[in-house]
Amino acid sequence: MDWQGQKVVEQLMQILLVISGVVAVVVGYATESFRAMMLIYAGGVVLATLVTVPNWPFYNHHPLKWLDQSEAEKHPKPQVVAKKRFSKK
Amino acid sequence: MHSFGYRANSLLTFAVTILAFMCAIVSFSFSNQTPSAQIQILNINWFQKQPHGNDEVSLTLNITADLQSLFTWNTKQVFAFVAAEYKTSKNSLNQVSLWDAIIPEKEHAKFWIQISNKYRFIDQGYNLRRKDFNLTLHWHVMPKTGKMFADKIVMSGYSLPDAYR
Repeated sequence: MDWQGQKVVEQLMQILLVISGVVAVVVGYATESFRAMMLIYAGGVVLATLVTVPNWPFYNHHPLKWLDQSEAEKHPKPQVVAKKRFSKK
Repeated sequence: MHSFGYRANSLLTFAVTILAFMCAIVSFSFSNQTPSAQIQILNINWFQKQPHGNDEVSLTLNITADLQSLFTWNTKQVFAFVAAEYKTSKNSLNQVSLWDAIIPEKEHAKFWIQISNKYRFIDQGYNLRRKDFNLTLHWHVMPKTGKMFADKIVMSGYSLPDAYR
């Protein structure tokens, strides 16, 4: 998932869960049914899971632009200098 | 949010946190409580001193109560019990539970029942002759989520006879 997708997913997750919590309490209070509240909230959690957890394609519409191969060859990677090993006495 | 496991964990913990908030909000549902009750002693079946020295009495009670106003959408059940309360020289308060019931629904909370005492009314000693006592209906309102509240109605004016029968 690209960065933009991750940001969207985090916001969507929070909004979906909070809204299903609020709706669940309101509907449960109005119908005097604790069971209704729990079922609506469970449904909301399942919906949020289906929308935000799998790696859907629309979360990958802003992929990272990696450096071109030709450009990379112009700037060689720094070399690792071989270190002397000091022996213990 | 970079991996499946990260997102699943984040969603689950946030969902449970919201559930905790929802339960906290729900636990503040209170109703306008107007319970009522009456208890009659129809008959003293027998009244004796047991071999181990303690008094025991058997009563037939007629219990009428309306506890419907205690129920809210957050009530799981109401536990009600009737206790005989009296004072002796040994104990400043004796409470002997005579009957109890679990009321699971509002519809069952308005009731009338005539029974002999479910639990034995035995004194710690032999102080029951000519004893004045109160019959108190206690109830515990047990919620689905939240704090349990308890209260009672005290009915006074009951007394036991002078002599064993």
